[in-house]
Amino acid sequence: MKKVIALLLAVAMMATLVACGSGSNKAAKSDLKVGFICLHDENSTYDLNFINAAKEACEKAGVEYLIKTNIPEGQECYEAACELVDAGCKIVCADSFGHEDYMIEAAKEYPEVQFCHATGTKAHTENLSNYHNAFAAIYEGRFLAGVAAGLKLNEMIESGKITADQAKMGYVGAFTYAEVISGYTSFFLGARSVCPSVTMDVTFTGSWYDETAEKEGANKLIEGGCVLISQHADSMGAPTACETAGVPNVSYNGSTASVAPNTFIVSSRINWAPYYEYVIDCVKNNKAVATDWTGTISTGSVVLTEFGGAATAGTAEKIEEVKADIVAGKLHVFDASTFTVGGQNLTSYQADVDTDADYTPDHEVIVDGYFNESADGFRSAPYFDLQIDGINLLDVNFG
Amino acid sequence: MNKKREPLFHIVKRDGVSWQKAWGIRLLAIVVALLVCAVVTTVLTGDNPISVYATMLKGAFGSVRKFWVTTQEVAILLMISLALTPAFRMKFWNVGGEGQVLIGALAAAACMITLEGKLPNALIICIMVVSSIAAGAVWGFIPAILKAKWNTNETLSTLMMNYIATQIVAFFTIVWEVPKGSGKIGIINQNSNTGWLPAIAGNRYLLSIIIAAIVVVVLYVYLNYSKHGYEINVVGESERTARYVGIKVEKIIVRTMILSGAICGLVGLLLVGGINHTVTTTIAGGQGFTGVMVSWLAKFNPVTMIFTSLLIVVLRRGAGEISTAFGLNHAFSDILTGIILFFIIGCEFFISYKIQINKKGKEEKENV
Repeated sequence: MKKVIALLLAVAMMATLVACGSGSNKAAKSDLKVGFICLHDENSTYDLNFINAAKEACEKAGVEYLIKTNIPEGQECYEAACELVDAGCKIVCADSFGHEDYMIEAAKEYPEVQFCHATGTKAHTENLSNYHNAFAAIYEGRFLAGVAAGLKLNEMIESGKITADQAKMGYVGAFTYAEVISGYTSFFLGARSVCPSVTMDVTFTGSWYDETAEKEGANKLIEGGCVLISQHADSMGAPTACETAGVPNVSYNGSTASVAPNTFIVSSRINWAPYYEYVIDCVKNNKAVATDWTGTISTGSVVLTEFGGAATAGTAEKIEEVKADIVAGKLHVFDASTFTVGGQNLTSYQADVDTDADYTPDHEVIVDGYFNESADGFRSAPYFDLQIDGINLLDVNFG
Repeated sequence: MNKKREPLFHIVKRDGVSWQKAWGIRLLAIVVALLVCAVVTTVLTGDNPISVYATMLKGAFGSVRKFWVTTQEVAILLMISLALTPAFRMKFWNVGGEGQVLIGALAAAACMITLEGKLPNALIICIMVVSSIAAGAVWGFIPAILKAKWNTNETLSTLMMNYIATQIVAFFTIVWEVPKGSGKIGIINQNSNTGWLPAIAGNRYLLSIIIAAIVVVVLYVYLNYSKHGYEINVVGESERTARYVGIKVEKIIVRTMILSGAICGLVGLLLVGGINHTVTTTIAGGQGFTGVMVSWLAKFNPVTMIFTSLLIVVLRRGAGEISTAFGLNHAFSDILTGIILFFIIGCEFFISYKIQINKKGKEEKENV
């Protein structure tokens, strides 16, 4: 009997709560509202970079925003997107690669809302007018960060700290995925453009955010003789390990000088604010949002942070020089004459641009002697997945 | 004269508490927990605790969609807790719910991926149901047979089975990942919807809820009114008694763990076929362990578990909402959840025991 009463009470409680809840739902405001979905929260450098840009763009445009953090890459993402639509959002943005399929599900259900997904690969093949992908030519930023790393190595060689043969860098990667491969390759090519003897070891954590694994990965690389560390992973793990070991490091997503004041050189990052400003502007003025949007150095989407204590003197000047060449189109990051694959220079390569379960190569990407990354009409997310000579992959069979 | 020092108070076991008194204590614990949370909230964040609580409830029930999502999450957590319960009742500490769910989920995903286009959809779904339940059952059977044959420690073996399941899922994630190297499978059969469990009356949340309701009833009857349930209780009370009255303890252990695993496998099926339409190493989300707490809090009673799982899910869903509404980190919600659970679990102590202030000591002092 007591259970029945308890059950009835609970049902009554729930019913009143639901009644209150739906009663207090305000009608959607006429003002534009933007919703953001983040995989982690501000403790992840990747999400923090995304959240900062979201706030900046919305405050600049004078629109309301809602941010949902710690949304896993599952049905929760679909529910979060729908809840944001329920709350009156006309634009819903998600930041994590694995959110994509669930954003597509929500986009199919709410054709009047614009769904913008950072780092995704499917917008150009889904044929949904309200689903969009965005990325930035971050390989250009990585290349510049690589130049800073190469200059540091040169300094170490000149001071007799290491020999030219010992100029080995280490890289903590997340997955053996094109975005990561494109990132570490462009970083490596940047370093090699100023320090020809450089080589690089890459380790993979099998996660986008795993502080312990990233720290362990960096330690392993340092023990393996790497004298400079960079990363494509989202926590403070690798920079922290470098600071402890006194190894100079280059970051991603934002400055990590706070945990590595003595060893931080520089970090490249995507500034998402220009993209959000663009989308808000499109929706405000009833313009179509681009299916794939690739930010560049020129749009202010690819930026470097301020230099840290470990940067070599003269780095800023050199980087400005290289940057000007990239912007002017004089320098291509993936210039096919600067790297070899299996000892061969590439003249032709079919990349897997259209995502499918069989990884079918479908687009010729060597154009005018360079690998045409994130090209117009292809897709914004990177598809450079070549294993070039000089880079040694340590553990591709991660769990 | 050396006087024996008497402690100031004694802890005395209560003889038996009326249910009114027990619920009174529980209610009091919740009120005190909320007060402590209110103080913590005000001191740490400066936000109004009442509006924080209101927002938490709004996060769980604030709209029709939220109500359904919350109920669906309760259904999943409840089913996992229910699955663990028969084993717990016979004092077999099954902490392998996570792995049993995962392996069931993997079985469902494997059917969806490998059979798409080869068989009619209805048949694929039937095969998914059978293989998920069977996979979960096997994952329960292995530690059970080890316990029955060689008396291995089931806490360790079920726990280790979780890691094996996680690694197998990780392996297949790499086999089936799309795009290459990305470490994720993504939604399976997103365009054909092959192997997707049907929505009941157009409601995508209802299926899990209905199945959970059925499992509650069946398990309640099974545990309390069936011969099997009785045997489980006897084994739990005393293995020797069970043997004396002619119960084959080994058989009961294996049979009960197969049941536990099968229900977990069923949850895996719902998570993949009905809800997420993908499989990841984190798809069970630690609920195999949360279920242990839910089951214990409810004293292994299937009906009470509805409320304990509701409590956990409301706290979890509310946590997300307050981080959006107040810009508070999820860690803050974890603090609140921790305080509330501390009081709720702690109050069980005061239901079983009472504190007696030592009157005799006092009298002696007065006499001096």
